Amino acid sequence: MKIPLSWLSDYIDITIPPAQLIDRLTLAGMEVASTRVLGLPIPEGVRVKSEERGPVWDRDKVFIAEVLSTEKHPNADKLKLPTVTWGAGKVKQLVTGAPNIHVGDKGQKVVLALSGSVLIDGHSADRKMSELKPTTIRGLPSDAMVCSLLELGISEEHEGIILLESDAPVGTPLADFMGDIVIEIDVLPNTARCLAMIGVAREVAAITGQKLRLPSPAPNAGEGAGESIAGQVNVEIDDPKLSARYIAALIKNIQLGPAPGWMQRRLLYAGMRPINNIVDITNFVMLEWGQPLHAFDFDVLVERAGGKTPTIIVRPARAGETLLTLDKQERKLAPEHLVIADTKGPIALAGVMGGLETEVTDKTKNILLESASFDFVSIRRTFRHFDLPSEASARFSRGIHPETAKPAAERAADLMRQYASGNVCQGLVDCYPAPRAPQVVDFKLDAMDRLLGFKIDAEEAIRILRALEYEVNPSADASRSLTVTVPTHRLDVQEGVADLVEDIVRIYGYDRVPTTLLSEPLPKQQANEPIVFEEKLRDILVDCGLQEVVCYGLTMPEKEARLTTNAASTIPGPPEYVRLQNPISSERVVMRQSVLASVLEIAESNIRNTEDVRIFEIGFVYLGGGEEKLPKELRRLAIVMMGDRMPEFWGDGGSKAAGPLDFFEIKGVIEALASDLHLSNIKFHPAEAGFLHPAKAAGLVVGGLVMGVFGVLHPKVAQAYNLGEGTILVAEFDVDALQAATPARFSYTPVPRFPAALRDIAVVVDESIPAERIEAEIRAAGADLLRNVHLFDLYRGNQIPAGTKSLAYALSYQADDRTLADKEIDKAHKKIEDRLKNVLKATIRGKE
Amino acid sequence: MVGLARKTMSDLASLEQRALAELAVCADEPALRAWNTKYFGDKGEVVAALKAIGAIPKEERKTYGQEANRVKEALTKAFEGTLAGAKERALNASLTANPLDVTLPGRPVQRGRLHIATQIMRQIYSIFADMGFQVYRTREVESDEMNFELLNMPPHHPARDMWDTFHTTTPGVILRTHTSPGQIHVMREFHPNPIRVILPGMCYRYEAITTRSEIQFQQVEGLVIGQHVTMADLKGTITAFARRLFGQERQVRFRSSYFPFTEPSIEVDIDWPRDDPNADRLTKGTGWLEIMGAGMVHPVVLRNGGYDPAEYSGFAFGMGPQRITMLKHAIDDIRQFWGNDLRFLRQF
Repeated sequence: MKIPLSWLSDYIDITIPPAQLIDRLTLAGMEVASTRVLGLPIPEGVRVKSEERGPVWDRDKVFIAEVLSTEKHPNADKLKLPTVTWGAGKVKQLVTGAPNIHVGDKGQKVVLALSGSVLIDGHSADRKMSELKPTTIRGLPSDAMVCSLLELGISEEHEGIILLESDAPVGTPLADFMGDIVIEIDVLPNTARCLAMIGVAREVAAITGQKLRLPSPAPNAGEGAGESIAGQVNVEIDDPKLSARYIAALIKNIQLGPAPGWMQRRLLYAGMRPINNIVDITNFVMLEWGQPLHAFDFDVLVERAGGKTPTIIVRPARAGETLLTLDKQERKLAPEHLVIADTKGPIALAGVMGGLETEVTDKTKNILLESASFDFVSIRRTFRHFDLPSEASARFSRGIHPETAKPAAERAADLMRQYASGNVCQGLVDCYPAPRAPQVVDFKLDAMDRLLGFKIDAEEAIRILRALEYEVNPSADASRSLTVTVPTHRLDVQEGVADLVEDIVRIYGYDRVPTTLLSEPLPKQQANEPIVFEEKLRDILVDCGLQEVVCYGLTMPEKEARLTTNAASTIPGPPEYVRLQNPISSERVVMRQSVLASVLEIAESNIRNTEDVRIFEIGFVYLGGGEEKLPKELRRLAIVMMGDRMPEFWGDGGSKAAGPLDFFEIKGVIEALASDLHLSNIKFHPAEAGFLHPAKAAGLVVGGLVMGVFGVLHPKVAQAYNLGEGTILVAEFDVDALQAATPARFSYTPVPRFPAALRDIAVVVDESIPAERIEAEIRAAGADLLRNVHLFDLYRGNQIPAGTKSLAYALSYQADDRTLADKEIDKAHKKIEDRLKNVLKATIRGKE
Repeated sequence: MVGLARKTMSDLASLEQRALAELAVCADEPALRAWNTKYFGDKGEVVAALKAIGAIPKEERKTYGQEANRVKEALTKAFEGTLAGAKERALNASLTANPLDVTLPGRPVQRGRLHIATQIMRQIYSIFADMGFQVYRTREVESDEMNFELLNMPPHHPARDMWDTFHTTTPGVILRTHTSPGQIHVMREFHPNPIRVILPGMCYRYEAITTRSEIQFQQVEGLVIGQHVTMADLKGTITAFARRLFGQERQVRFRSSYFPFTEPSIEVDIDWPRDDPNADRLTKGTGWLEIMGAGMVHPVVLRNGGYDPAEYSGFAFGMGPQRITMLKHAIDDIRQFWGNDLRFLRQF
């Protein structure tokens, strides 16, 4: 809502400087989003965005002037030579190309800028300011100009120069005549009352303590009044829930023409285009009162009624009805659209747009003026359905109190009397079947103190309420209890007490609210185990050198399908996707079902910039299609690793010494994870998963339950993700399962007090025997004295028989209560060698 | 025998002189080691001289023995002194020889990092944990009822315009537009007990993805319910939070605003540090920057959660961790967060 302060001053004396006004309004809930200063120096403390800065109309150089005569330019057809005056003895001829000044013109009131004034260069593309300098145009000197709206920084209009009203005072500096400050307020859903000058003026009244002045229309003043509206039009409301009130006024014998200059200027400054006096008056009153109005050509209505008394009917449209609206569109109507109809059919989309047939034209003589109240939900539906947002629908769809309809109708009728020479018929047809009962709130100041945590003086609270036009009756017994009647322009007061507290405290000033700490007893404290667990997982993975990523929850099924190597291999009956009804992009249409797919996409997008990608995400997947209406939201961990094992370093001789990552790199991460979570009873199995290399895939099993799978990404999937030829390592884990498998507590293992003895053993076994088995046998034979089994070498080659492998272990022997003697160690070691030989048919290298 | 002994005594004297002379010309540690072997090795001359004691006639043995031991100790001490000196010289020489080019780059460390969103979230959790707030998390795919209706926004309520919503193909199921439905969940779980929680999580809005708007963002909502919870407490709590996160000197400003689920509703500004070179741009010259919305829990919402507004009151606040991060680090493109460009993530 744009508010020219000159207009606002009609209703309230503004007693504080603009910067302070802007601040106070902002703090009280009417946030001033921007400020434009038209022609005046920017007042101290007022911030104007650089793109909204305009010229200052120099009081010594920019004046209202009168055209005395206009001659033809001798050397150019399109140029004219008006002679203007801006005061006694001040006469000047200048050159203009303005299309709305013609040879022979005189008497027009124009805006004259003398050389030296700094204005917007009308010919520059980017509204550049420039100083006006004496020049010669087609051989004739010109050291002044007559100005357009664009040049003065008022609007983009540059078609012709400004022609002011005939009574504009010649010689007056333009800044004094029409300089202004326009503030733009962001109107919140509960401050819809401030979509009106009077609404904002009320707030200013409450803030500054000044008195509000409301217009007092006298529609039937002057001559020509007398005829009564009675019997000339009927109004029927079909359903008071959809339209609480409909007021019709009749204004006869109007003369269509331009609205007065001051009114046009106000509309312009408030962001609306002046059209003609009738349209401008309805818009002016809408901006003044917040009540949209509509003018019908009354004679067309009479004609449609076959010459009889027309009847206005507010009703839902009937299926199959159509309406040709003002914008010449044929609108197909449905019962959820509220229409204004007469006995013949719809004539307007209620609150949204008028019909073309009944529109006011230059032939219109008599006007039926509508000031009505409509259900905001219905208006919302209708303007959205037809995509017809407007100043009117913006107001109706937020709700307007039915009581506003009457003063607005009277004001508009009066203005039509004054500025369109209309004869206003006496009285209104006011159909108001169920007047809204005044809302009364039983307001206890103690309840306010309890909510705020401090006391506001009763006197001050009452002053604020009254300034906002609440009717306040303190109870006789001085119990700080008030009976408060809500003013008729307010629809946002819902529960009463809390709303009143807000009105009081926002005007009182939030800066006066003290700062205290919660005195409430601390609620029972409990940890959020799932989050604690996720954060633990994150820490472990970060310690393993992985970078966390956080991905979009929205994706497309085709993107996730890249994870499967062929369509037939998808798991039978995949859960249904949670699908958007109104996606914003074709790439984000469903909620994801795979975190791994997201993380692979991130790898894909990073691979162009870095070879080293080690990333993970812990996030949700969303599985629909179950019994419940809402999907399951389950936690997953996904890891992707690719690149070299070690970052390149000059000291390593320039080669990537450690080589590319392989399966065991990610297994190391999973082992670290299992170890730090203190998982017990874990096993690694070869695993099958559509996205994993069939020969390089493993699953982590804890207590018989699969926690997740990991390994080398299937080359086909890697290809689908454009991840190149190298080895891609991935893992996907069920975080809920991991959390369930993680013990709540663990006991530490005492640090040994006696030294450990190390013995190596190299075992040659058949290729088919897995490492896990060998270690299990070693541990079984080593019993208590064997503390640690560390594989340090794996060899296959021509030094051992084909089809075998050699595994070299460092075994550490230790006892809790003594330093082991060599004899004991020899004995234990021998036992292990024997077992391996017997059970695994192993050869112990160096002992054959 | 006397002659023999005298000769032997003079041998000791010449041995000492010769050994000392040779020691004096030993230039480095290897030469000293060689000297040591020559005189003190298994077949060394000093060792031999000592071994000879037994062969000395009894009457002279004591004199010879004493002299031989004196020579041994004198030489040992001289050797040790010379060796220490040589070591010191060698060390001093090595300390100045071949200085490293310290400007060569160090070995890159394989680092893991938390996403910046997790880092800021942990910071927020920790500040509120100190004030007794617990973390309560609720679902992202929500019912319209939880996201809107129970928060005092019946269908077609004008306030719904404040949240552009992703609807799913299941009627009445949406992607939550804010963490506020968590208020209803937590109240219904804990009523009539007091509540002090923060509700973190991902939210979704039907918006074009630009440098300034995202379809997905995190929110942290706070909710306190009790019998004596006041607006002054809200101001105190938020001031404490702002000072912990943004610096001890921060001032907090409340501005009247509107949310359907709070009344009174406010927006919270903090004064932005003047020494931030971005201060003027961020605050549009006002010096104040909005960091969150807040208010006293609306009576309708209290009732929907199972609390009687005549007896209980509460406050709620909601903030955007991404916005806070952008402010703190002068990030000008919100798409960086879920874009996960490692060149971005590795900066935090």
